[in-house]
Amino acid sequence: MIDPQMFQLVCFYAFAAVTVGAALGVITLRNTVHAVLSLVLTFFSTACIWLLAEAEFLAIALIVVYVGAVMVLFLFVVMMLDIKQEHVREGFIRYLPVGIIVALVMLGEMLALIGVRAMHMAVMGPNPATVAGVSNTEWLGHALYTQFLLPFEIAALILTVGVVAAVALTLRHRKGPRHQTAAQQVSIKPADRIRIVKMAAERPAPNQETTP
Amino acid sequence: MPNINDILIMLPELYLVVAACLLLLLDAFMKPEQRGVLHWLSVAVLLVGIYLVVAGQPPQPVVAFGGMFVRDGVAEILKVFALLCTALVFIYARPYLIDRKLFIGEFYTLTIFAVIGIMLLVSAGSLVTVYLGLELLTLSSYALVALNRDSPLSSEAAIKYFVLGALASGMLLYGMSMVYGATATLDLASLHTAAAHTGMPNLLLFGLIFMIVGIGFKLGAAPFHMWIPDVYQGSPTAVTIFIGSAPKLAAFGMAYRLLESGLGDLSQHWQQMLAVLAVLSLAIGNLVAIVQTNLKRLLAYSTISHMGYLLLGLVNAGPEGYASALFYAISYALMGTAAFGVILALARAGFECEEIDDLKGLNQRSPWMAFLMMLVMFSLAGVPPLFGFFAKLLVLQAAIHAGMLWLAIVGAVFAIIGLYYYLRVVKVMYFDQPNEGAELKMQQDPSVRVVLSLNALSLLVLGFAWGPLLGWCRSVFPG
Repeated sequence: MIDPQMFQLVCFYAFAAVTVGAALGVITLRNTVHAVLSLVLTFFSTACIWLLAEAEFLAIALIVVYVGAVMVLFLFVVMMLDIKQEHVREGFIRYLPVGIIVALVMLGEMLALIGVRAMHMAVMGPNPATVAGVSNTEWLGHALYTQFLLPFEIAALILTVGVVAAVALTLRHRKGPRHQTAAQQVSIKPADRIRIVKMAAERPAPNQETTP
Repeated sequence: MPNINDILIMLPELYLVVAACLLLLLDAFMKPEQRGVLHWLSVAVLLVGIYLVVAGQPPQPVVAFGGMFVRDGVAEILKVFALLCTALVFIYARPYLIDRKLFIGEFYTLTIFAVIGIMLLVSAGSLVTVYLGLELLTLSSYALVALNRDSPLSSEAAIKYFVLGALASGMLLYGMSMVYGATATLDLASLHTAAAHTGMPNLLLFGLIFMIVGIGFKLGAAPFHMWIPDVYQGSPTAVTIFIGSAPKLAAFGMAYRLLESGLGDLSQHWQQMLAVLAVLSLAIGNLVAIVQTNLKRLLAYSTISHMGYLLLGLVNAGPEGYASALFYAISYALMGTAAFGVILALARAGFECEEIDDLKGLNQRSPWMAFLMMLVMFSLAGVPPLFGFFAKLLVLQAAIHAGMLWLAIVGAVFAIIGLYYYLRVVKVMYFDQPNEGAELKMQQDPSVRVVLSLNALSLLVLGFAWGPLLGWCRSVFPG
């Protein structure tokens, strides 16, 4: 019989290792498409870690929104832009030692100051969804529309600003393009399109014009 | 559960959101020739906003949305002056925008959205609202900086601002997550109590350091100041004037909310960190400003040094210090709008007036303009009896009362060093001969002339009658 707690721990370390490895891949892979694909893997394994932490809704949202929509968009952009590899990686090797030193110092400081032991302290208390006896998604929905209504609405405002800014920065009025004007097309009368010409039934005498 | 009271408490913000959306719609249906209406409507919207903030101010601090939003005296003062400065920005910016074909509705809408961000930020009662208010402000600012999209300098500034701003937001968020990890609360009021007896003081301190880095970035305090000169120089002056005024009030509000309302118990730790930031800002701001030849860049380094003085007030970590820092933030916002207002008023189509040499002989061309600029420069330098002098005096006093005499001495020494580059601008205006063919004319728009004159003269008036404003600032910090 496998101890469930043990199994969870093993799963966590497995997913965490995959996340870190894939994240390293994002910044080291030569091919930009591969880098985006390993970013997808990073998100996916992060979602798995969130599942372990009983945040089911967030995990699914991460996969649906980021992997499903944002990353696909990224892939398209990366494929279309045709970025020169050498140019992107300029200075990568040169700054690598500094980066590694800074990262190691940060890691050392965090381990020394916060410590590994802090992980086992239960500051957060039990999962509120479990306490309320509802599903994770339902609890999140309640919290989002009651307790966190204001932040939720501010986030909506930020999205509005994003749209306005995107339009303001990219909309260009070009000269010359021909548009269809639906109103004009609809309001047109038969008289504007065809002209009924009365003609004599018989063929007129020669040298006499009937139609202009 | 949110109810109608919550909405009434937030009335000024909600009103501005509705007004901004209506302006956006109005702009879409308006002919380009009629944008003047939009301009005056936007100014009116902000002035009505000031009225709503002041008129609906409750006598005691109240909270809405379960503590997410706080409406107290500090928020009131900051909102009033943020709205006022933005209204001034709109008035000064109009001729400049028309000349450069940037007179578009989005300038007004994005700026009003940025002001909403400022108002939410200074009223934040929770780490979430602090972060979201800040994002609303900065996201609008990035777009504003890039508004002149045909200028490579402007795009470069926007990219730098965006990348460094995103990094700073990331730092802030990282710090907030650590603080949340140590205290298990996002609410600033409960954070204040939870911080006192957390099981993980080291984690809390680590979070505090990251949060101070974020605050330093937003204030533009050295060593997190790198974005300021490029952004000030690169953005259209009409946007620089906004970035250099109202958001400084927001940065003070954010520092106050996070450090005092949230982590006030850790003041002995953050006092030291802020003192270091203050000394570095004073030194880098004042020393590097000496060698600048571009007026906008000079004012950018001057901002960095002024943020150093503002930090001297915060270092005090008591009601007196906060009041003096708030007073300083207000004085800087008014001086910043006036300084950039003069640059805007002297610019015209095809001429930016952003080099110091462009001001040569301004006195012979436009004596009144030269006089206004001299007032602003003297006030920025802290020459008595102008507004800036008393603001400096109060923060230095606050630093002395905090037991940091050395810090006050550093502040005073750098004030004297700073005097040099402000006086250089005055010297160029009054004693140099104008460049051949250079034409320096004051903007003919009467609204700009009148409002700019009032703005600059207010520095003189407030220099003599600073009592009521200081009294107001002191009254909002409970002793």
